[in-house]
Amino acid sequence: MTEESIITDEMRTVIGKDGEPQTIEVDKTAIRWFARAVGHTDLVFYDEEYAKSKGHRSIIAPPGFLGHAIHTPGNPTNIVGNSIKRPPAIPGLGLMRLLNGGTEFEYYGEDICGGDVLKSVTKIADLRERTGALGKMLILTTEANLYNKEGKLVATERGTGIMY
Amino acid sequence: MADQVYFEDVNVGDEIPQLVKNCTTQQLVMWAAGSGDMYQIHYDKDFAAGNNLPGVIVHGALKNAFLGQLLHDWLGEKGQIKKYSCQYRGMDVPGQDIICRGVITEKSQDGGKNVVQLDIWTEKEGGEKTSPGKATVYLPSRG
Repeated sequence: MTEESIITDEMRTVIGKDGEPQTIEVDKTAIRWFARAVGHTDLVFYDEEYAKSKGHRSIIAPPGFLGHAIHTPGNPTNIVGNSIKRPPAIPGLGLMRLLNGGTEFEYYGEDICGGDVLKSVTKIADLRERTGALGKMLILTTEANLYNKEGKLVATERGTGIMY
Repeated sequence: MADQVYFEDVNVGDEIPQLVKNCTTQQLVMWAAGSGDMYQIHYDKDFAAGNNLPGVIVHGALKNAFLGQLLHDWLGEKGQIKKYSCQYRGMDVPGQDIICRGVITEKSQDGGKNVVQLDIWTEKEGGEKTSPGKATVYLPSRG
């Protein structure tokens, strides 16, 4: 029995393509909020003077925090506009529900500090399909690369989304 | 914070110090604000029930951030996270322990860096791994 693929040729054309670049603000209040929500106890995430005494430019972004997107400054009603990722749209996608499958963060030895403004560029790294408990599922892998103001790559977030 | 850990002092098979979390619903609301993830299954019991969930559930990304804290606290000032990841395999709920653990799987040197690989994960009481993952870190040398 042959089953029809849910991934069309048209959908495949977006694999490897970059989405629109986004501006990401790594602000100090957001760093402190994130650190407190996790339960971090290291003052390097909270106290500017302490962070500087440890050789950092300012308080540093905790693991997994890369700032918030400011991509809809003209839209005050958008409450889901914080994602650092904006992959290209997938044409003809019929599945609407999304589960977060997994996350990977990679760093390149550069501090990411309060006050930094980063540029994020996200591509769809891969599209796969699987049939499981939820029926046919589309496994979407995204890769967001973040660059500092000198254009240097400072972090990569790879995410797996499960659409069904 | 614990004393600085050095490359020479760790061995394959060693377990790093555990980090035990137990989320209140308040913590999930703080995380929603801190991360920007406003999906209601994490703070609205009725909404969660309407999605066939037992109640509100802990954000996957928060468990990822717990694993980030596990590594950060172990690495001290001179260690560095190169890469870490986890998959979201099982649900966790408020009021139950989320035990964050890591075991060293490999030690190597690469271009002057002291590289340590680990398996990392969160587990429930009883041992079910809900967020298995991997990490690559750099440790300082005593030398």
